Amino acid sequence: MTMDRTISPADAPEKARTATPAATAKPAAAIPVAWQRAALIAGLVVAIALPFMVKNFTIFQFTTVMIYAIAILGLSLLTGFNGQFSLGHSTFVAIGAYTTAILMEFAGFGFYWTLPLSGIICFLFGFLFGFPALRLESIYLALATFALAVATPQVLKLSPLEHWTGGVQGLIVFKPEAPFGLPLNGDQWMYFVTLAIGLFLAVCAVNLVNSRTGRAMKAIRDNPIAARAMGINIALYKTTTFGISAAYAGIAGSLSAVVVQFVAPDSFTFVLAIGLFVGLVIGGVGTIAGALFGGLFLVFVPNIAEEVSKGLAGAVYGVILLLVIYLMPTGAVGLIKTAALKLATRRR
Amino acid sequence: MDLFVHQILAGLATGAIYACIALAIVMIYQAIHHLNFAQGEMAMFSTFIAWQLIEWGVPYWGAFFLTIAVSFVGGIVIERVVFKPLHSAPVLAHIVAFIALFAIFNSVAGFVWDFTIKPFPTPFGQEALFGAGLIGAHHAGMIAVTLLLLVLLFLFFRNTRVGLSMRAAASNPDSARLVGVRVGWMIALGWGMAAAIGAVAGMMIAPVVFLEPNMMLAILIYGFAGAVVGGLTSPGGAVIGGFAVGIVENLAGTYIPVVGSELKLAIALALIVAVLMFKPTGIFGARIVTRV
Amino acid sequence: MTTRTILSLTALAAGIALVAAPAAAQEYGPGASDSAIKIGHINPYSGPASAYGTIGKTIAAYFDKINAEGGINGRKLELISYDDGYSPPKTVEQARKLVESDEVLFIFQSLGTPTNSAIHKYMNVKKVPQLFVATGATKWGDPQNFPWTMGWQPNYQSEGRIYANFLMAEHPDAKVGVLYQNDDYGKDVLQGLTDGLGDKASMIVAEVPYETSDPTVDSQILKLKDSGADVLVTIATPKFAAQSIRKVAELGWTPLHIVNNVASSVGSVLKPAGLENSKGVISTAYHKDPTDLQWKDDPNYKEWEAFMNEYFPDGDKTSSFTVYGYAAAQTLEQVLKQAGDTLTRENIMKQAASLDNLELGMLLPGVTVDTSETDFFPIEKMQMQRFNGETWELFGPVMSGEVSG
Repeated sequence: MTMDRTISPADAPEKARTATPAATAKPAAAIPVAWQRAALIAGLVVAIALPFMVKNFTIFQFTTVMIYAIAILGLSLLTGFNGQFSLGHSTFVAIGAYTTAILMEFAGFGFYWTLPLSGIICFLFGFLFGFPALRLESIYLALATFALAVATPQVLKLSPLEHWTGGVQGLIVFKPEAPFGLPLNGDQWMYFVTLAIGLFLAVCAVNLVNSRTGRAMKAIRDNPIAARAMGINIALYKTTTFGISAAYAGIAGSLSAVVVQFVAPDSFTFVLAIGLFVGLVIGGVGTIAGALFGGLFLVFVPNIAEEVSKGLAGAVYGVILLLVIYLMPTGAVGLIKTAALKLATRRR
Repeated sequence: MDLFVHQILAGLATGAIYACIALAIVMIYQAIHHLNFAQGEMAMFSTFIAWQLIEWGVPYWGAFFLTIAVSFVGGIVIERVVFKPLHSAPVLAHIVAFIALFAIFNSVAGFVWDFTIKPFPTPFGQEALFGAGLIGAHHAGMIAVTLLLLVLLFLFFRNTRVGLSMRAAASNPDSARLVGVRVGWMIALGWGMAAAIGAVAGMMIAPVVFLEPNMMLAILIYGFAGAVVGGLTSPGGAVIGGFAVGIVENLAGTYIPVVGSELKLAIALALIVAVLMFKPTGIFGARIVTRV
Repeated sequence: MTTRTILSLTALAAGIALVAAPAAAQEYGPGASDSAIKIGHINPYSGPASAYGTIGKTIAAYFDKINAEGGINGRKLELISYDDGYSPPKTVEQARKLVESDEVLFIFQSLGTPTNSAIHKYMNVKKVPQLFVATGATKWGDPQNFPWTMGWQPNYQSEGRIYANFLMAEHPDAKVGVLYQNDDYGKDVLQGLTDGLGDKASMIVAEVPYETSDPTVDSQILKLKDSGADVLVTIATPKFAAQSIRKVAELGWTPLHIVNNVASSVGSVLKPAGLENSKGVISTAYHKDPTDLQWKDDPNYKEWEAFMNEYFPDGDKTSSFTVYGYAAAQTLEQVLKQAGDTLTRENIMKQAASLDNLELGMLLPGVTVDTSETDFFPIEKMQMQRFNGETWELFGPVMSGEVSG
């Protein structure tokens, strides 16, 4: 029943369409830069004012939103801009979280020093994983990364490692207080720390994507063979992108360790990996801002589903997912861009 | 030595479970070139339907075939309702749709039938064959059913018009349309068949592991491992892959000290990655030649 | 003195008198009022541990019953229950929501060890009772360091010790093989068993773990049989315990099979495994098994059955989780009754730590709920039982497997 199958050029466009994530054509008429700037500034103002206007618990929730956004941003770089599927980013989140927890607990590191270390360690892991990933085609890569996500909790629970990881019981992590006696409570301080790091990483991502490296990444996504023909070192770019993407996830993990104040294998199951993926698609693949919408979706929609029906919360969540996919195939950002575009052209 | 032989046989027995579901996975891959992450949940749901029918007094074989029919129709309905609108959406959207299905099936099953385990009857009886419980009658029956399904599928794809049309639709939809194949319906048919095979797999598996909404997740992953190892384009390979995964998993658990049993799943998954690295299309898979 | 001074002094004196007067003993912490008490609850209603969601549903039903009968001291119980999917970060979120947003008086029966571990420190820092947690991990009974956390069920290590004592007394020359779930729960019972055996820990010839992601434990049972053990201790959850009993029978192996308490339900474990296969299986119990016919005519059982029929008709009467939820809810009922009108968090903990010989209908005769300032293990007594093919036969005395010796 086996046979060699030939794919003719006629299939290529279809293959490209189904193989590459939403690479929508750049609209000829663009959204006015002034509008984009205004939106950005408005967003920043709201973000900075928020912690002073809501309860601690809500601050905690929004901090979590930003943490997810950072992880999704990493995934976006890999999948959205470089075309490599990953259903296993929970692994890198876990590595980052445990790195921070272990360094703080056993080596007495201060939290802030663990962040760059976590980023570097996760970059290395991601980079190394990028090598076998080179040989895996889209759906197989998705499967292999999914496998990685499923295996991660088991590895974390391994008895020989228990002394370091705390085994199933996990490790308790202490939240740093605001320094210099600033009049901020723990939740507010961590919110601002996360916000600052998130903005920094987002700016880095935007710069990366618009640079030569970013163009190479996108070229690899759109047409790997043409890219190679033009002299782009596919292996180098792909593995590096994997590494960067993992680093983002790892930093998100480190932040989460301190915000949740607890790490355990059960915190990093494949459910998280799938969640990040869902967040990416919902937010808008191939966009930077989409990561934030993805984070919002991940934190608030399950709660909404639970309120609609406690017994069928999962089913409600699934239905919402389907509705979103139908109504917003290019994600939340895609929808907003389309709407803004329509408004812009109408005004003209 | 005795233990070794026993573990191999036990591995064959669990491998039969994986082979069953691997077959369903390959079936749907043949039809739509996607891995259906919700395959396990659909199989579980079908098995619950069978269980409910039996509870209502329908005799086993009646419930068995009725469930297969219902699952077949259900699979087609899902394809037409959920996936047809997504036809031109990027593949990522498809994966999200699979995830949504997974959540829906799992949640509804738990809601309707709750999460306590339920015994599921087997038509093959529970006694041990060849004495001393080397291999149970049910396990032997399961292997027989899997092989039977395999043969039926082989004949279907190779010798029937419909089977041929399905293969054409999957490998080259545009050309297939040009020769009159109704590609849309072929895809729906593929879904229906995959759902039906999944139902059989579920009904074979449930007597061994006990029926409950969460029974399929781990099995699905082992099934994926088997399908990938054997080759996603080769049903026969997938079945062999399933058995291989069962045996390796058991031997690893028994003979690798300390971490063997803790890492069984990880080992299965390392298998996937290893095979994919050296033979990306699986051991029995077809080589895909791409013209640029 | 001016008139103004006299008047202000009088006002001051009156104010002091009012305040110092014996208070109408009505003190309320957050979430408590004249008409209602807000109680927080976190359970896995989705995800891999969703089977335990039944406990939460039973508790909700019991609170409905209490409210229908007029509440406690005239106040209705308002249960706010959230799903955490057995994921610790989610548990943290839900706990913070309950404490900071919903402002409950305390959190009751949150389920799971890693999940409760995640909020352990938070609850104690915030000084909110983490009451009667639904896990048997030994670490919850530590009033010195965590005065706001209390367990409920017999802790896992106690249970392990009881088996150890039994083995040393009745089968001192046994070779023991252990099948255990590879997580905090399985390892805790195993720890108790090993500690209980003490010098004789060498009786254990094989310890074989399994993961909840394993489809079957057949391979593990084979390994255990091969080790030459003649006693098998199975520390597992219902599904895997049923598989182990069945596999042992299939192999024609006849060890003395001890199955731990969590997996001892006739309806959920022994029946699926095969009643014939389960003959001779030994376990412990602290509450009545609802599928065990010996309690058919017991008035307490009938009361439970009536409760299920009226308030939780969809509930699974064969599941021991419903009995568990029922008994836990009754324990809380007693605590709240004792608290009277002083519904502060401190008093709730105080009353929880003052349960004296409390008897509950569905607990085994002789098993009582006892707590004190230094004893945060409410239930410590269990009794051994042997399955005769139809019901469990209790034997031996009601024992206490005290961990601290």
